[in-house]
Amino acid sequence: MASDGKPTADDVMIVNAARALGDLARVGRATCFVGIGLPSTAANLARKLYDPAPVLIYESGCIGSKPTRLPLSIGDGELGDTADAVVSVPEIFTYWLQAGRIDVGFLGGAQLDRLGNINSTVIGSYHAPKTRLPGAGGAPEIAAAAGRVVVVMRQTRRAFVERCDFRTSVGFGDGPGDRETLGLTGGGTGLVITDLGILEPDPGTCELVMTCLHPGVSREQCLDNTGWALRFADDLGCTMQATDEELEMLHRVRSGVAS
Amino acid sequence: MTPDVIFDQLIGAGRVSKLTFSWGGNPGVGSLHRFRDAVENAWPRAIEIEEHSHAGMAARYSAGASGLPFGTLRGYRGTDLLQFAENVRLIDCPFTGQKLAAVRAINPDVSIVHAQRADREGNVQIWGIIGIQKEAILSAKVAIATVEEIVDRLEPVPGAVVLPAWVMSAVACVPNGAHPSFAMGYSHRDNDFYRDWDRISSDRAAFEQWIERHVIGTPDHSAFLDSISMTASGGRSGI
Repeated sequence: MASDGKPTADDVMIVNAARALGDLARVGRATCFVGIGLPSTAANLARKLYDPAPVLIYESGCIGSKPTRLPLSIGDGELGDTADAVVSVPEIFTYWLQAGRIDVGFLGGAQLDRLGNINSTVIGSYHAPKTRLPGAGGAPEIAAAAGRVVVVMRQTRRAFVERCDFRTSVGFGDGPGDRETLGLTGGGTGLVITDLGILEPDPGTCELVMTCLHPGVSREQCLDNTGWALRFADDLGCTMQATDEELEMLHRVRSGVAS
Repeated sequence: MTPDVIFDQLIGAGRVSKLTFSWGGNPGVGSLHRFRDAVENAWPRAIEIEEHSHAGMAARYSAGASGLPFGTLRGYRGTDLLQFAENVRLIDCPFTGQKLAAVRAINPDVSIVHAQRADREGNVQIWGIIGIQKEAILSAKVAIATVEEIVDRLEPVPGAVVLPAWVMSAVACVPNGAHPSFAMGYSHRDNDFYRDWDRISSDRAAFEQWIERHVIGTPDHSAFLDSISMTASGGRSGI
């Protein structure tokens, strides 16, 4: 929270990401493969707020982790100590992810393009990069095999681009039908939650379209912070204000006092 | 798979010519600055990189451990990784016709893992988040384990993996040998070290001073740990 007690744009983004996971868990799509950082914060907030809670799965092999403080890495001992099961890394990617047992893949990235593809490898050219990023990690196969992918990312012109400099993880590839042609079994980028609002793919063109704005956010702000000719849904909605309960729990999750 | 701050030290010291990896960051903190400096600016030397996904690397180690020439997975398709990664090919499943990725087996010349304990025969016991350490050992030509302690008898632990002495080349007792990572039940992750590393490694001169003083200038791991030990005020001395 900001010093005036109002939620920051990041708080609003994380609360909305947690709500999305809560909604998916309510309809029986609860198993969630989580990356460290913003996705992990939101996933743990959802676990505290909702019943049924999402089942958190980390690529280090931890299934059903219930950390009492936010993990700093996927190998954090807390994730293993609080898990229902700990399996090996080859097993988590094969028996669990590749076999289709993951409902939701929860990802971030450095760039996201209008067709929901994600870059976490390089900014600039591959052989002479302007910025070398950490790389793929588990993301490509999460994006390929999870039932649906929820992306949580701050919306800026540098990050929301017409086309990624490097396609690390496939959303909808070059357009409709590409996932099927490529044999990708999961549903692709279904929801993008930003500090400005929510984007969802157009069912016909697969292009990410702004479907909701957070309270107080204008269309102009979204246009200014998007690197493609952003479209808005005809029935553009507004997300609910973050509640005191949500913000209080977020504070507790961040400070590691949520039990 | 995940070269982190230890590999960053090797890269910054100019001891790495090629890195095969799937995620090169400082977990929970951000960039590996020495890795970035080598890739972006060829400092202190250019390094060759071969880059995969975690699932791809896991399949490569599993194939290596299984004595197979390649592993398969449903991966890489549609990504730019496929364009740059050597050792990945698309193949047709002989039974269903599905297009799958084939990845070449990895058989390291040497694998080194850190485990909780070994007995006097050299049987190694490891538990907690075991990651890919079993495959790293079983795929290697020379397999080395460092352990927290050597005991007379390995008591059973739920979920533990035991690597029999006859697959190991050598076992050495190195307490806190996973530092700055941890060995479940023996040591804690040194989170401050990962944070401090961001500052030390972001400056070439600071890095060179640090590695000279704490790594090159110390005779063994225990002396290294002493040289970076916490001061009474809670801050680290020397870094």
